Amino acid sequence: MSNVHRDDFGSKLGMWLFILTELLLFGGLFITYAVYRYLHVDAFHLASQELDVPIGTINTIILLISSATIAMSITSIQQGRKKLTLWLIASTIILAVIFLVNKYFEWGAKFEHGLFPGSDYLDSLGYGDVLFFGLYFFMTGLHAFHIIIGIAVLGFMFYYVKIDRLKPDNFQLLENGALYWHLVDLIWIFLFPLFYLIA
Amino acid sequence: MTEEKHHITPYKTYLAVLGILIVLTILSVAITQIDLSRWATGAALLLAGIKSTFVLLIFMHLRFDQKIFKVMVGLIIALLVVVIFITMLDFLFR
Repeated sequence: MSNVHRDDFGSKLGMWLFILTELLLFGGLFITYAVYRYLHVDAFHLASQELDVPIGTINTIILLISSATIAMSITSIQQGRKKLTLWLIASTIILAVIFLVNKYFEWGAKFEHGLFPGSDYLDSLGYGDVLFFGLYFFMTGLHAFHIIIGIAVLGFMFYYVKIDRLKPDNFQLLENGALYWHLVDLIWIFLFPLFYLIA
Repeated sequence: MTEEKHHITPYKTYLAVLGILIVLTILSVAITQIDLSRWATGAALLLAGIKSTFVLLIFMHLRFDQKIFKVMVGLIIALLVVVIFITMLDFLFR
């Protein structure tokens, strides 16, 4: 096992290529949003007031902190501080779960008010509201789906660090996992103002 | 390429960036709540742009990585900007 072939650069390049396809995927959705918003300015403006700005702000800050903790885990693994690395990955996962719990209550409140795709109440509000909430649920839902995958990815990273498969001289996989997590954060940075703050 | 030297970012840098990101978040909420009417959305998006630049450069290490990564990300962002611009032109001058 003295000379195992490894290509960290190729590994990172592959991860970045995947991230770029994700940026294009969400970019397409942002364009859809921009066009419909342009066509229904007033309806989007009013519908946006239904969203809970404090919860959105708290969730944004939670995601930012989780992004910082996973970034710091790259430093700690390079310094050979295994315990700290495990703690940082675990905190990231816990923050991600808190984000999803908040999201659950947020969506739950919307459902209670009859604001969900296909509800009679939403249909009665008009085309602009249907589009706003359709995009809201689809885009934040797709983002939440990425969070769930991110939790699974980070769970594997935690396990790999624990069994020493990821070590101070071999941590590219952890860096790739962290890149994915930052992508999730990056998308939310744009979702938050576009849906919560345009009221 | 396995012998690449890795840049170790100090914890302080990450914490400083986190502080900046949180301040910018609160600022964008404050601006839109005070209501600068049509400028508020633009300001919030501008702040989001600044925030994402910090995430890309520091958290995602683009600043310390090989140039190819910066070029790739730059090209994709340019592509998105061009497509958004053309789409908006189409809607404004149809």
